[in-house]
Amino acid sequence: MPKTLFDKIWEAHMVKAETTDYPGVLYIDRQLIHEVTSPQAFAMLEEKGIPVRRPELTIATMDHGTPTLRPDEEGNYPFVDDSARKQCAMLETNCEKHGVTLYALGSRQQGIVHVIGPELGLTLPGQTIVCGDSHTSTHGAFGALAFGIGTSEVGHVMATQCLLQRKPKTIAINVEGQLQPGVTAKDLIMGIIAQVGIGGGTGAVFEYRGEAVKALTMDERMTVCNMSIEAGARAGLIAPDDKTFAYIKGRQYAPKGEDWDKAVARWRTLPTDEGAVFDKEISVDVSKLEPMVTYGTNPGMAIGIGAPIPDPKGSATEEHALNYMGLKTGESLLGQHVDMVFIGSCTNSRISDLRAAAAIFKDRKVASGVRTLVVPGSFEVKDQAEKEGLDQIFLAAGAEWREPGCSMCIAMNGDLAQPGELVVSTSNRNFLGRQGAGSKTVLASPLTAAASAINGVVSDARQLGGN
Amino acid sequence: MLEFHQLTSKTVVVPNTNIDTDIIIPARFLKVTDKKGLGVNAFYAWRYKDGAVDPDCILNQDAAKGAEILVAGDNFGCGSSREHAPWALLDYGFRAVISTSIADIFRGNSLKNGFLPLEVDAAFHQKLMAQGGSEVTIDLDTQKVTAADGSTVSFEVEPFARYCLLNGMDQLDFLLSQMDDIKAFEEARI
Repeated sequence: MPKTLFDKIWEAHMVKAETTDYPGVLYIDRQLIHEVTSPQAFAMLEEKGIPVRRPELTIATMDHGTPTLRPDEEGNYPFVDDSARKQCAMLETNCEKHGVTLYALGSRQQGIVHVIGPELGLTLPGQTIVCGDSHTSTHGAFGALAFGIGTSEVGHVMATQCLLQRKPKTIAINVEGQLQPGVTAKDLIMGIIAQVGIGGGTGAVFEYRGEAVKALTMDERMTVCNMSIEAGARAGLIAPDDKTFAYIKGRQYAPKGEDWDKAVARWRTLPTDEGAVFDKEISVDVSKLEPMVTYGTNPGMAIGIGAPIPDPKGSATEEHALNYMGLKTGESLLGQHVDMVFIGSCTNSRISDLRAAAAIFKDRKVASGVRTLVVPGSFEVKDQAEKEGLDQIFLAAGAEWREPGCSMCIAMNGDLAQPGELVVSTSNRNFLGRQGAGSKTVLASPLTAAASAINGVVSDARQLGGN
Repeated sequence: MLEFHQLTSKTVVVPNTNIDTDIIIPARFLKVTDKKGLGVNAFYAWRYKDGAVDPDCILNQDAAKGAEILVAGDNFGCGSSREHAPWALLDYGFRAVISTSIADIFRGNSLKNGFLPLEVDAAFHQKLMAQGGSEVTIDLDTQKVTAADGSTVSFEVEPFARYCLLNGMDQLDFLLSQMDDIKAFEEARI
C-alpha cells in the first residue's frame, strides 16, 4: 500500500501500536532541550530516582532567556535578572549531573535550538525529534517528524526515550503556482496560515508539497515548517531531496563515510509514495500571493501588505485585536508608524534571512527613532554574516548587531518593546504582549521588516528593490 | 498526579476565541524552576492594568471567585508548548476548561497534570457562555457535563488519559513499565 512520508516515519518508530485503551509507544531518536522547559523535567526524574536513560540522544543549549549582549571583561553575561541566570545555571548543573552534552553561553555552538540542530547535523531525515518548544516543527524541513512537547513529556523522553502518542491525522498542503519576486517563504507560510486558520491544523501533521515547495532552499523550508504550529499543526514535513542531503553532508553529527551512503539510500525511500492517501488535502495557490503582514493578535490575522484590514464581522475577539493594535477596518498596514524592528528568531535568523535584510539596509539608514535589532540565530550564522560584511551594513545603517538567541521573539531576556510600541518582526507570534507588555507586533518577512526600518513606517520592500 | 472524578462548580466565562498560552501565562513569568506559584500571574495582561488588579476584568470580579471551571471560546490553549499554562491555571484555582476546541499540545500537557480540557458542541457551549456563574457538573466517570438547567452532553477524553486522571496515575509510570519492549525495539533496530 502506498504510504505518506509521515506514515513511513511513524511506523518505523512504533515500539508498540496503539489500542483502544492505550496510546502507542513512539520511539524518539533525538531530543533537544533548553533552559526554560527542562528544569521541572530533570526534577521529575530526580524525584523518581531515575537517570536520563540515553543521555547521548539529548542535546542541550541555552537560548530563550539568554542575553544577546556580550559578556563583560570578566566573562559575566548581562542577564535580565537573577531568575534568568539561575535557569541557565540549573541547566548546566543538570546536564553535568546527567551526562547530557550542553552548548552553553560561551560555546561557539550555542544558539537558537532550532537553528543549531540542523547546523550541527543533529536533524536528519526520517528521524523523530522532540523539544520542549512548539517551534520544533522547524526540523520537519528535513523530512523528520519533529514536534513540540510539554515539560512532562521532556521527562518521559529523558526517562524512556519514548512518548505515549495517538496517531495524528495527515493533511497535504498542496502549494500551487510559483512565488512572485519579492515574495518570500515567510509570506508563503503566512499565506497558508491565513487560509487554513490558526486552528486548521489541530490534530494533524502537515506535509507541504508542490513545485513551489521543492524550489525552496533549506533555510526557506525551515521557515515554512517552523510556523506549522501557528496553524495548530504540531508538525510540518517536507520530503527530503538532494538539497536536504547537500545541506547535511559533512556536518558535525551527520553520518560519515559508508554510513553516509547507507543513510542517503535510506532517506531516498522516505518521500510520500505515488497514490498515498492523506486524511485531507488543501490547495493553496501562491501565484498571486503578496508580501504578508499581520494586523491582529494571532498569526492567522494576516493580509497582503497593500490589502485593506478586513471587517471583524461581529467577532468580539477580532474587534478587541484591532482596538489593541490601534488599527481600523479598511485601512492598509502600509504607512503605519513603526517604533521597532526585530530581525531574528527560529523563523528568520538564518544567513539567507540576514542577506535579504542586508540588501535592503545597504547604503541606507534606519529611520530616525526606529530601534532595530538584528539577532543571528547561531554563531555559525553570525560568523558567516561577519565574513560577508553584513554586520557592517547593519551597523552602518544604524541597527544593533547582537549575539545569538531568541531575543525579542519571546522577549524574556530583556530585549523588548515598550507599552504601545509597534514592532515589525520577523518572528512567528503576534500574540498580545508577546514582545513586551502592551507591545504590538506586525509579523513580516525579513525584506518587509528591513524596508519598514528604513522608512519608519510599514513598507513594501519591492519599492526598495527587495526581491 | 491530581485525581479527577467529579467536579461541581460555578463557571467563569471568558468568551474570547484563540486564547493562547502567552495570554494564560506570559513568557516573562517562565523564569522559574518549579511548577508552583504561577497562578498570581495567570492572564496577567487581562487581570492587571498598570501593575494593579483591574476591577473591570471578569476574572477579578466577585462572581468569578472560587470558580473552578473556565468556559472559553474556540481553540483554547493555542501557541507555545509551555506546560506552565496548565500549571498556572491549576495554581490559580481552575480544574477544567470547557471550549469548542482545544489546541493539541495544551491538551496533552493539561491531562498530565490533573487539569481537564473539555470539548463540547457549539450549541451546549453557547448555553454555558450565556450562563456565566451558573453551576456546572463535570463527571469524568460517566463522561458527561451537566448545565444548571439539567441538560447534559457527553464528552470525549483519550481513554488512557482518563484512566490516569481517575486513578491519579502518572503516565510516566506506565511508560516505564514498557521498558522491556523499548529495549527490544532498540536491539532490533541496530
